[in-house]
Amino acid sequence: MSAADLAQVAASGLLIGLLYALIAAGLSLIFGLMDVVNFAHGELLMLAMYATFLLNRAAGLDPLLATPLIALFLFALGLVLYRGLMARALTVTVNRGMVQIFITFGLAIFLRGAAQFAFGAEFRSIPKSWLANESARLGPVILPWPQLAAGLIAFLAFLLLFLVLRSEFGRALEATREDREAVALIGIDRERIFALGFGLGTGAVGIAGAALAAFYYISPDVGANFALIAYVTVALGGFGSLAGALLAGILIGEVEAFTAFLLTPSLKQLGMFALYVAVLALRPQGLFGARQ
Amino acid sequence: MSHPHALPAPSLLLAHRRRGLALAGFFLLLLLGGAGVSDPYTANLLIIALLFAGLAQSWNLLGGFCGQISLGHALYFGLGAYLTTLARLDHIPTLAALPAAALVGGAAAVLIGLPVFRLTGHHYAIATLVIAEAVYLLFLNWDWVGAASGLFVSYQGESWLDLSFRTSKFPYLLAMLLYAGGITALAWALSAARLGYDWRAVRDDPAAAASLGVGVHQVKLLAALLSGAGTALGGGLYAAYVNYVDPDSVMASRLSIEIALPAVMGGVGTLWGPLIGAAVEVPVSEFSRSYMGGSGQGFDLMVYGGLIMAIALFRPEGLASLLAGLRRRGRTA
Repeated sequence: MSAADLAQVAASGLLIGLLYALIAAGLSLIFGLMDVVNFAHGELLMLAMYATFLLNRAAGLDPLLATPLIALFLFALGLVLYRGLMARALTVTVNRGMVQIFITFGLAIFLRGAAQFAFGAEFRSIPKSWLANESARLGPVILPWPQLAAGLIAFLAFLLLFLVLRSEFGRALEATREDREAVALIGIDRERIFALGFGLGTGAVGIAGAALAAFYYISPDVGANFALIAYVTVALGGFGSLAGALLAGILIGEVEAFTAFLLTPSLKQLGMFALYVAVLALRPQGLFGARQ
Repeated sequence: MSHPHALPAPSLLLAHRRRGLALAGFFLLLLLGGAGVSDPYTANLLIIALLFAGLAQSWNLLGGFCGQISLGHALYFGLGAYLTTLARLDHIPTLAALPAAALVGGAAAVLIGLPVFRLTGHHYAIATLVIAEAVYLLFLNWDWVGAASGLFVSYQGESWLDLSFRTSKFPYLLAMLLYAGGITALAWALSAARLGYDWRAVRDDPAAAASLGVGVHQVKLLAALLSGAGTALGGGLYAAYVNYVDPDSVMASRLSIEIALPAVMGGVGTLWGPLIGAAVEVPVSEFSRSYMGGSGQGFDLMVYGGLIMAIALFRPEGLASLLAGLRRRGRTA
């Protein structure tokens, strides 16, 4: 492995890792806030990718320009899902843990079916965009522009998330997460915070979906694998930790890129799984999480 | 059943026996009814429903009684299916391979349980999902077990020893009845035994259970052992029935959900729940696949997903609670 190879693999790992991190951030945010794992997270990513595809086909909108629109769409969808589904699931008193797991599983299966019903099972990709087939050259490293743009967008989205969480709203979010009951006493509407937090999480996955759609194939099942990576990222980074998701996402991107390079591309996830099992055995709270 | 000690012991024992009789009667009726089924489509439906009843009952030991929601049971099913298939390819009788499959499934569940049972709630559920997916990926790339194309067992003639039949489906129906009935009998026996009470104590409040002297970790491992063994046994029977295994049909994460769902839909931690759930889930998924699948691709999944959401929201205690409600109303009327 030459130094150029090393730099090339590391750069690709970083770019895809930033996207993994952003997908995981949405999941982690929702988990940290309301102690719910959204098992339909991958399907929301899939919806964002199809929405980007449709905007491109119908209006010729470039994925780059579509990103803010898709983020808003997924944010709104998140609000609707919270009010219509999650709020109810949170108030169930019997079999709570079970209900919360299977309500989002049911949603995932439903959304996958709906996508197949509407768009068919075949793989699709965005036919043309500004950045397609363009590459940037940094010394010996060649990076395709769509991937580079996706990594940059993910990084910017992360900065935005950190800013939002440091705002007034972020403090209300943090307070609600610390003590769900007490916040009502200081005039914070818990339901509103939960709904907005859920929307923020789905909005983040919307940005990731739009950026991903520029260079990745789209199908009704595309979300499953990204969701799996997101679970591992969140578990590695520590549940509910945003900085943890960022670091763990990049780490997984790197491990995956190097496993694919050293072994074979079809086994690229093996390194991630090995890392997960090792962390599980040695540090079950995750690399950056506080003790349970 | 949530406060068993509030009832006097004799009536509790009586209720337990009555439940056992009702379950035995149910399986006897199925045997009599199944013997009269000649149409292969119906027979197949019954065989698959019984398989999933047994699988969900196995899952229920760990997920329902002991409260550890596993989303990775496809792993144990797949291990049982692969082991049985490999044994058959080596001309080892299937009936000898099945106990070995159960043993391997149970051992795998204990091995995974050792680190994973330190996690709780969602952390545990995600760990089981991820580990099963990792093994699925390994099998997908492992040439010795046929990698993605899987393993096929060719027909070697009718044999009870190999559970191999070409003309009649009845022997398979009998095998699946024994399987589902056997696991249900085990669950019934354990539900009134010390271990069953320990499981429920661990589910309801692990800290309180530990303070009462229940070995929480050991009790969970025992649940995993029996649950993994039962699931692997089902996998072995399935492999003998279809003569073909590949990672997608016996180890994919979708299967983990299909194993857990009947118990969740029917009533988690109850004896009838997995049976009722399988009786609803298997026909719904078969019918929607064959009748709606062709005309409207994906519509079957929408119905299926919608049903799961509806039951989780409106019947969180499961469909078995509808039966209990009817019986209560009948008694007071």
